Amino acid sequence: MTANTKPLIAILDYGIGNLHSAQKGFEHAGADARLTADRGLIDDADGVVLPGVGAFAPCMAALGRTGLDAAARDAAGSGRPFMGICVGMQVLFAGSDEAPGIPGLGILDRGVRWIPGPVKRPQMQWNILDRRLDHPMLDGLDDPVWAYFVHSLAPEMGDGTDVVATCDYGGPVVAAVARGNVWAAQFHPEKSSRVGLRILANFVAAAGRRAG
Amino acid sequence: MHVARVIPCLDVDAGRVVKGVNFVDIRDAGDPVELAARYDAEGADELVFLDITASSDRRDTTVAMARAVADEVFIPFTIGGGIRTLDDARRLLRAGADKVSVNTAAVRRPELVREISLEFGAQCCVVAIDARSAATSPSGYEVFTHGGRTRTGIDCLAWATEAERLGAGEILLTSMDRDGTKRGFELNLTSMVSETLGIPVIASGGVGNLDHLVEGVVEGRADAVLAASIFHYGEHTVAEAKTRMAESGITVRPA
Repeated sequence: MTANTKPLIAILDYGIGNLHSAQKGFEHAGADARLTADRGLIDDADGVVLPGVGAFAPCMAALGRTGLDAAARDAAGSGRPFMGICVGMQVLFAGSDEAPGIPGLGILDRGVRWIPGPVKRPQMQWNILDRRLDHPMLDGLDDPVWAYFVHSLAPEMGDGTDVVATCDYGGPVVAAVARGNVWAAQFHPEKSSRVGLRILANFVAAAGRRAG
Repeated sequence: MHVARVIPCLDVDAGRVVKGVNFVDIRDAGDPVELAARYDAEGADELVFLDITASSDRRDTTVAMARAVADEVFIPFTIGGGIRTLDDARRLLRAGADKVSVNTAAVRRPELVREISLEFGAQCCVVAIDARSAATSPSGYEVFTHGGRTRTGIDCLAWATEAERLGAGEILLTSMDRDGTKRGFELNLTSMVSETLGIPVIASGGVGNLDHLVEGVVEGRADAVLAASIFHYGEHTVAEAKTRMAESGITVRPA
């Protein structure tokens, strides 16, 4: 990458849901963002994004059908900035209560569970990100950081060492995770107004640093 | 933490917002993109566009509008009105709408709810219910269709429960008795549906002042409150609404 070019962000297009907002959001955040299933482009990208909406099982099936499950694993293992969003976060884990017996990508160990307690599911609202780690994902954002959530399940807390933020929904719910180059958000940054665009810009900046 | 949402609703005809929105210094009061950006800046949590386009051959304008809004505005938005088939829903969601709401077509063919939910997920499947008080219905409220003109004989609470079972992710509940009256939400209806269901309920119909929004959440137990005219005609801003709600002890995302 030269000083004049934008970081290339490959958004994995495996036929699930509305990727339009994600692409436009990354463009607003300064990226050359492409919706793609092209392995060459994915391998060349400065950063790779795995979106996902709907349910775990159809997302895993579509990833398998398109071969993008391997592309996602390779990208996550490459050291390049990688980000899973919503169900695209959940499939990074080993499996989900929503689809017993169907393995996830296993990039992050532990499972995804129904949000417990007497709360409405889905959590469909804006909520505050309670920071647990100082991480570049949330750089430049003043507390309270509000993000838009739509989900009925969330990753387990595990030992907590990779949990960037939780939100309070009948108890602490994992909202963002990061391990090495792999970032993951349960909320929708592309639907979280100025806050979300800043989070996308933070990812683009990480991709730019790596590329530069 | 439960955070109540404030949702302005805009009527759209052939891709243009109608019923005039009187923001000061706005260039084009009919431009859905400019209005959506303005409501985002004011702190609106989501937007609902209600498509009132009469002729189905002009529906492409609504798809184009969804795309234009999604290009520029990064908060969730729902499009409702005239969605009859899974393909109608697909085109709007692919264009960038986050949710679609179905009403008459879902009453006529409830499987439509399941189809949308299975293909795109419950989170983008809103079932809009227009209800009117009716002593003949077990819950006291009956479902009406075709913009509130047609009786169905279907009980409102029974239909809301069925919609949840079929895979709806949210209910947009409008009291036709209150719609346009500025007398406030039908709180009995709202609380009955919201407390019975395990999915979020948006209260709609009757908002005439900011206290009505507070009542909708506190007494109506609504997860979100929808209003049109008090915002459009410049009576109140979304920011004022949120301030009033916060002063009343409701948790909201500040503007």
